[in-house]
Amino acid sequence: MMSKTKGERLMTANTHPHLLVHDKADNVGVVVVEGLEAGTQMLCVCTEDNSDFRLTAKTDIPIGHKVALKALSAGDTIIKYGEDIGKMVGPAEVGGHVHTHNLKTKRW
Amino acid sequence: MAFDFTQDMVKAWRRENGRVGVRNHVLILPVDDISNAACEAVANNVKGTMAIPHAYGRLQFGEDLDLHFRTIIGTGANPNVAAVVVIGIEPEWTRIIVEGIAKTGKPVEGFWIEQIGDFETIRRASWKAKEYVHWASELQKEDCPLTDLWVSTKCGESDTTTGLSSCPTVGNMYDKLLPHGLYGCFGETSEITGAEHICAKRAATPEAAEKFMRTFQAYQDEVIEPFKTSDLSDSQPTKGNILGGLTTIEEKALGNLEKIGRSSTYIDVLEPAEAPAKGNGLYFMDTSSAAAECVTLMAAAGYVIHTFPTGQGNVVGNPIVPVIKISGNPRTLRTMSEHIDVDVTGVLRRDMTIDQAGDALIGMIKRTANGRMTAAEALGHREFSMTKLYRSA
Repeated sequence: MMSKTKGERLMTANTHPHLLVHDKADNVGVVVVEGLEAGTQMLCVCTEDNSDFRLTAKTDIPIGHKVALKALSAGDTIIKYGEDIGKMVGPAEVGGHVHTHNLKTKRW
Repeated sequence: MAFDFTQDMVKAWRRENGRVGVRNHVLILPVDDISNAACEAVANNVKGTMAIPHAYGRLQFGEDLDLHFRTIIGTGANPNVAAVVVIGIEPEWTRIIVEGIAKTGKPVEGFWIEQIGDFETIRRASWKAKEYVHWASELQKEDCPLTDLWVSTKCGESDTTTGLSSCPTVGNMYDKLLPHGLYGCFGETSEITGAEHICAKRAATPEAAEKFMRTFQAYQDEVIEPFKTSDLSDSQPTKGNILGGLTTIEEKALGNLEKIGRSSTYIDVLEPAEAPAKGNGLYFMDTSSAAAECVTLMAAAGYVIHTFPTGQGNVVGNPIVPVIKISGNPRTLRTMSEHIDVDVTGVLRRDMTIDQAGDALIGMIKRTANGRMTAAEALGHREFSMTKLYRSA
């Protein structure tokens, strides 16, 4: 292994992430803790390379639900796992909730 | 790799045809729905047997009847079953089931109810069931290589945590065990939607890729298109998936595909309940994504242990195959831990790697093969659900 990334150092300090991101190319991440409240300075970790960053949650967001990593507007393609998972049909601000109210499949 | 899995052994039953079983059931198997009552009466008379009632078996025809026979015969033929008493309403179809199961070499006998009645059929079948129980209960387990097992997978009540933790845990297990002789199986045709191009690339050969795309397209054309009302957004993702944070079918499909790991490739595409015939390795089976239907089909194909990642907490079990539940969702572990066999919540906290989670699952597969009852077995989940292709005549 190469030298520890910032993310690994944080984990050594027993700090658990609030948000996980699959791939560097993704524009959404997943809340992995219960009871996340608006205003939380989330510790976010990308599982691809263990890199981390901070992001402020704009609303209360349930465990398992997605958060916008950048400002998104209608028509934008959402990338998760580095792949296309659908398109925005409404806006989401950075740190905002992305779900059925603003994201739809391109299939059906 | 921390362990050399090729050296790992489990204590299990080596059957007449050489296959390895991890349970030792004596089944009382109905050919059709109206023989359920007689089967349940026999199972009540003779302890140590199990009846598996189901909803169909009359007036079916064509491909639908073929699938019915394949499922019933495959269930009886599964190595987790030591011996089978078959009961049908009439002799002809009963004989087809008996002859199909007999090809494995295991003890099987058929009974039919017409012109005999429930009482007399139950009496005769109970004597045979008792004989089988005495015989099966003395069969000894022997050392069998872990990689002689056939291990299937399907996820259920998925959410975004399954794609992050429990599905890649199964994938890691497959990446480690398939190269050493394991048989694997995944399916859920409608749930590949949005990732079919990625799934096609995971075929071992161009023929398997082409067969997969043909199967996938047929499902779209023959099942989805004629019967959908608006779109499948009301059932794929499911309401439970959406509560768990999954928004689109593409997102669900990508998480689902994490179950086949990083390096595993499938060598063939199976019909529902079709036994694999191209040697050890991974297979794709054309199945529904409904949990009980899918596990029933994979059990009928001969798989003896099922690995089942869940996010929101699917509770499915199977009468003959132990279903190992894996979850990484901390809320599910907090609210319904009685259903979960392998806790991988550490993956989300980043204090457990996928490699460690895969080893934990392999450890649980070994313990299950050695006799540990799964959560689903302890809780009495015995869902046996036949897949029906179209209405009976």
